[in-house]
Amino acid sequence: MYAKEATIHPRAVHGWFAAWRWALVWGTQLVFYGLPWLTWNARPAVLFDLGARRFYIFNLVLYPQDFIYLTGLLVISAYGLFLFTTVAGRLWCGYACPQTVYTEIFMWVEHRLEGDRQARIKLDNSPWNANKIWRRASKHIVWAAIGLWTGFTFVGYFTPIRVLAAEALSFGFGPWELFWIVFYGFATYGNAGFMREQVCKYMCPYARFQSVMFDRDTLVISYDEKRGEPRGSRARTADKAALGLGDCVDCTLCVQVCPTGIDIRKGLQYECIGCAACIDVCNGVMDKLNYPRGLIRYATQHSLDQGGAAPSWQTQLKRVLRPRVLAYSAGLLAISVGLAASLALRSPLRVDVVRDRGSLARLVGEGRVENVYRLQVMNAAEASQRYRFSAVGIEGAQAITRGETVLAGAESRWVPLVVQIGPEQAQALGPGAHKLMLQVTREAAAGQDAATVVEKTTFLVPR
Amino acid sequence: MSDFISPGWSIFVAVATVVSLLACLVLLFGASKRKGGSADDTTGHVWDGDLRELNNPLPRWWMLLFVLTVVFGGVYLVLYPGLGAFAGQFHWSAAAQHAADVQRAQTAIAPLYARFDGMAHQALARDPQAQALAERLFINNCATCHGSDARGSKGFPDLTDDDWLWGGTPERIAETIREGRQGQMPPMAAAVGNSQDVRNVANYVLSLSDGPHNNVAAQLGRSNFVACAACHGAGGKGNALLGAPNLADKIWLHGWGEDTVVRMINEGKLNVMPPHKEWLTESQIRVLAAYVWGLSQPTTSAALTR
Repeated sequence: MYAKEATIHPRAVHGWFAAWRWALVWGTQLVFYGLPWLTWNARPAVLFDLGARRFYIFNLVLYPQDFIYLTGLLVISAYGLFLFTTVAGRLWCGYACPQTVYTEIFMWVEHRLEGDRQARIKLDNSPWNANKIWRRASKHIVWAAIGLWTGFTFVGYFTPIRVLAAEALSFGFGPWELFWIVFYGFATYGNAGFMREQVCKYMCPYARFQSVMFDRDTLVISYDEKRGEPRGSRARTADKAALGLGDCVDCTLCVQVCPTGIDIRKGLQYECIGCAACIDVCNGVMDKLNYPRGLIRYATQHSLDQGGAAPSWQTQLKRVLRPRVLAYSAGLLAISVGLAASLALRSPLRVDVVRDRGSLARLVGEGRVENVYRLQVMNAAEASQRYRFSAVGIEGAQAITRGETVLAGAESRWVPLVVQIGPEQAQALGPGAHKLMLQVTREAAAGQDAATVVEKTTFLVPR
Repeated sequence: MSDFISPGWSIFVAVATVVSLLACLVLLFGASKRKGGSADDTTGHVWDGDLRELNNPLPRWWMLLFVLTVVFGGVYLVLYPGLGAFAGQFHWSAAAQHAADVQRAQTAIAPLYARFDGMAHQALARDPQAQALAERLFINNCATCHGSDARGSKGFPDLTDDDWLWGGTPERIAETIREGRQGQMPPMAAAVGNSQDVRNVANYVLSLSDGPHNNVAAQLGRSNFVACAACHGAGGKGNALLGAPNLADKIWLHGWGEDTVVRMINEGKLNVMPPHKEWLTESQIRVLAAYVWGLSQPTTSAALTR
């Protein structure tokens, strides 16, 4: 009922797509490892301060109330995944997914220290001698170091990384910092060193549902069966037509380089992460034999069925711009523009209005009516702000606060606010709840324009 | 387990938990013994005549995770409460955890308040940092009853005026916050006389603050006010030691008018401010008392600007 999964020793591969994968390894990892070290306005450029509930991203100061932006980002990621997958299969899995990226880095280390596929298989089967112990130990030490550095960097997004580095020197981590560094370090070490393709095959939900976005016009890594079969080895000089053979020389290199251990010649399989290693290696073989490249290539089911005959450009265009591609593109564009516009037009202050629960309405002095509100005023910028409060919507309504309200950068405060109306107004309105707008204005100052937020609430006149 | 009266339930839960855990292990062990697959790599199941199921065995690490889960469950049940009424080796409880958390939080905030411990109330009321802290404390602990603007409502005293039921010095305010107060007005109808006497006394009370009243009734009620004077004083000026309100001013905490005063004399009143020493540290109470005191001082910035 269960079986030990065979260890896969993928052969190292070079070529056009491998270069792309390495470019993405460098790109994503420079951002990931580098970003926490950047400084902006004398603070980390990117810092998610969970304790203070403030999220700094360059010149943005986000509050938990801004979580909608995270939702927007996730929707963009989802639509991006849908679009790319529909157009060209599992591009994300093959090039950019952290699981792929870290596995690539870990396999590079493995390749340096233990050699390529054949050497590793031999090492696996060899008894424990000094050579094996040395190679294995050094590999695990380097892996663990990369893992811990990854964990350290990850935690550096939540605790300023320079503070964390200072703590590391004296080993003065807080208990949770230490836990998450070790946890993420271990997760990186385990997933990229040991679990590898098992993560894609058994754990990852995206791997399983991406296939529903495939259709007959999706570019997937395919073996051209019509051209390759019947497969068979032959001398380099032999005439394949005379031997009755296709282009595939059955060298099995495509199987040896595969990080998930499948044979692409069996067709599209759910294990295939679309890394294109088999394309690179097969193209090398084709070059040596002076056969045309592309026995294994990115191809659509439609084009394979037509046996290589290129369709007219109109047909090609129609296939690329098919309804689901257009729908995903439209969704992606709409959400991206919406998010960008919303961020650009974001107010430098936020206000929540809560009616005071202790007293609904009060009669004061000569028949004046008073309501009490609590305003949570949030400074969503980094410079201090001074606020003015006014009540709009009921004529003669007077907003009264205690002293001045000046908030430091990224500070939030509950401000009690009293709204009073005169006896004539109260008479005119009559008992009950009436619409009222509370207007909070950030006063203009050096480098700041005036900005206003209006919040709806009610004003109660007692019976 | 306090919901169950009979200890039998505790035993039942414990037995059911242990048996389930063991059953999981037996199932895992039994399943792992079974050799699936055949020569053609299928499970041997055939549906609809020719539909066969390919054997796709579970990875071994996955199986080990199942075993690990069961082991974790066993260890957890030994260390933590879970097996019926068994408290677990760590004797963990939510209440103790909460108490420890509160203790830790109070230790953590202590340095924040250290600077304020030596300061006089007047200085605290002017210190912006102390005021910011106190404002948060007020919003979280006091505003529910006294209002965010501290001006109270019916039954809940206004803290921004100069009328204090229990005394308005910072020390008295701190005591009020710490220990709470029970303002008790007993039903006085019997001591005052018949219902007409009560109405007369009510009119006399209203006359003290120059409110609208029946002059004749007030004059008749004057002599019976003696019963009230024990607490409220001969002139009705109140007594901060007893929490007896001043009847000679225009502040009517529980409502104004002849009928209201009559009802108060007939029925009495018990008004409670709960003690806060359980939630607030002594340092917090000091800062808060200075803030509340400052609210009624026209010269401090904390007072409402109109």
